[in-house]
Amino acid sequence: MNLRTFLLGTCSAVALSGLAQAETLTIATVNNGDMIRMQKLTDDFTSKNPDITLEWVTLEENVLRQRVTTDIATKGGQYDIMTIGTYEVPIWAKQGWLLPLDNLGADYDVDDLLPAIRSGLTIDGKLYAAPFYGESSMVMYRKDLFEKAGLTMPDAPTWDFIAEAARKITDKNNEVYGICLRGKAGWGENMAFLTATANAFGARWFDENWKPQFDQPEWKNALDFYVKLMNDAGPPGASSNGFNENLSLFQTGKCGMWIDATVAASFVTNPKESTVADKVGFALAPDTGLGKRGNWLWAWNLAIPAGSQKVAAAEKFIAWATGKDYLKLVADKEGWANVPPGTRTSLYANPEYQKAAPFAKMTLDSINAADPKNPAVKPVPYVGVQFVAIPEFQGLGTAVGQQFSAALAGQMSVDDALASAQTLTEREMTKAGYIK
Amino acid sequence: MARNVSTRRKIVVTVVAWTIGILIFFPILWTFLTSFKTEAEAIASPPSLFFFDWTTENYHEVQSRSNYFLHFMNSVVVSFGSTLIGLIIAIPSAWAMAFSPTKRTKDVLMWMLSTKMMPSVGVLVPMYLLFRNTGLLDTRTGLVIVLTLINLPIIIWMLYTYFKEIPGEILEAARMDGASLSKEIIYVLTPMAIPGIASTLLLNIILAWNEAFWTLNLSAAKAAPLTAFIASYSSPEGLFYAKLSAASTMAIAPILILGWFSQKQLVRGLTFGAVK
Repeated sequence: MNLRTFLLGTCSAVALSGLAQAETLTIATVNNGDMIRMQKLTDDFTSKNPDITLEWVTLEENVLRQRVTTDIATKGGQYDIMTIGTYEVPIWAKQGWLLPLDNLGADYDVDDLLPAIRSGLTIDGKLYAAPFYGESSMVMYRKDLFEKAGLTMPDAPTWDFIAEAARKITDKNNEVYGICLRGKAGWGENMAFLTATANAFGARWFDENWKPQFDQPEWKNALDFYVKLMNDAGPPGASSNGFNENLSLFQTGKCGMWIDATVAASFVTNPKESTVADKVGFALAPDTGLGKRGNWLWAWNLAIPAGSQKVAAAEKFIAWATGKDYLKLVADKEGWANVPPGTRTSLYANPEYQKAAPFAKMTLDSINAADPKNPAVKPVPYVGVQFVAIPEFQGLGTAVGQQFSAALAGQMSVDDALASAQTLTEREMTKAGYIK
Repeated sequence: MARNVSTRRKIVVTVVAWTIGILIFFPILWTFLTSFKTEAEAIASPPSLFFFDWTTENYHEVQSRSNYFLHFMNSVVVSFGSTLIGLIIAIPSAWAMAFSPTKRTKDVLMWMLSTKMMPSVGVLVPMYLLFRNTGLLDTRTGLVIVLTLINLPIIIWMLYTYFKEIPGEILEAARMDGASLSKEIIYVLTPMAIPGIASTLLLNIILAWNEAFWTLNLSAAKAAPLTAFIASYSSPEGLFYAKLSAASTMAIAPILILGWFSQKQLVRGLTFGAVK
């Protein structure tokens, strides 16, 4: 055996033993900007934990949801860490599908998590998922168009003001529309917006006995207001507009206002993508004076499926990815404006972050103003601001969303849309055993 | 005079054919063009067709973010593997049904096709459990098996149609010359049916390459083919159309090129039948 063979043999033996010891974590995640950034920064984690290697499965939100739900419901065990939304966490935790995150380490500082976000992820006093980034909704508006129309946007506008301003700004000949709102049917599309908005109008999905409330005057007010406003001041074809379509309209200067996820703030103020980057102002989601604002609450969270064989390594990763040091790491490498928002109180106290992100205060205020356990003016039996955290909601929300989208498109009247929403929800809830 | 009319007719037919061709190809061309735009140009309205700053930035980004080669190899193994195994099973069965039909042959054919009539998602959970219990989740073997089963009815139907057009007398003659069953299939039937088999092969490779339900749901990190690669670039929250277009172009390019090179076989097999 010559020296080269010997060395080669030794090297491969070392490599093989290294492989044998290494633990591989398979992480399923959504493909939004913050998550992609995290994948690029994982060298920091793997250099601190050389015995752990990471494998990523990055998928579009809806595909991911179907994929991880199948896997966890059948105990398929394909993933060691799953990225799930605030809608799934309470449902899955109750099913016993998730492990409580008890060992995130001494310096994790759970109390630093934003209370509104944390409360949505805590069931019976235990944290079942760690938030990676959080968002609410708010008003984004064009300061230049407001100035031209002689309007001043208050920090906390009412729906009446928004409607008046939208009608004033609208200039259909020049393709400028006062307000862009979601109209595309789907529980995560128009129903996220309309459910949250209905809260501000005093409406709710169900009363304390799970009876659907679409036959109540509050829903009629809310939907009537929305349809009329969109007909007067919205873009054409609004019933097929979702987040992306409105983002594109706003970025190309066609919307005076847009009420949507706070995460959009970093897109519309980015001069590389947006033609109106330096003209955007922010305000809280509007109310009607009843004590609730139409701002929702969402977070993407990391969770460990029950029955996982690699709990210790998974906890280590989650503590790294959602910890305070990670925020600093992103700031060092990519600047404070790119830090994942909406999870930690300390971030919003940081003056450097405040300077880099002009929308920081509005995001924080919006998140703090949302209360997932008490979302409506009247009492409700469910958790969730822009959704109802029951497994049936995905199907229900989309079916109701189709009625409301049809009302916006003018294919049916508001009364008919509400009546059929009421009938179909009552039928499904009776079938599912909520209504005895 | 007659010649004049025919020239005019030729021109009209050519123009119509080109128009339809371009219309059908337009979405792919648009995807291709968008992949060279910046994200801002990708959503610009009115959009620019050719006159924009061409950039390869999206391809760089996609390359650095994903392991294209792994997904590509998975796609190759899964689509070629499933089609070849499908052919090995389908040739004898189509032979049996074409040349020794029984009273129930038509029913068997219909029954096979009926498996294609159920929406896939209806059997997702049972399939997932089967795969979990047999350890086939996220393996190329598992995907090859499931795609073979899915495309088998189509392969058999196509081959059956081609085989039906081959005169049974030729096979009889071979038999009279003393050819055994396997020799008859391998040396007489298969060569005559080559155009049909080739177009079946190509069509099924394309179908398997583009299959996006089972390949997405039964794979995770290791066996994920190009369909999963595309799915990692479409996003309901955020406009990344240029990157998505770059990923799509990279995903369809191999199969598109394969299709171009084998156009002749494909068209011949699909339009003329086996021996005409």
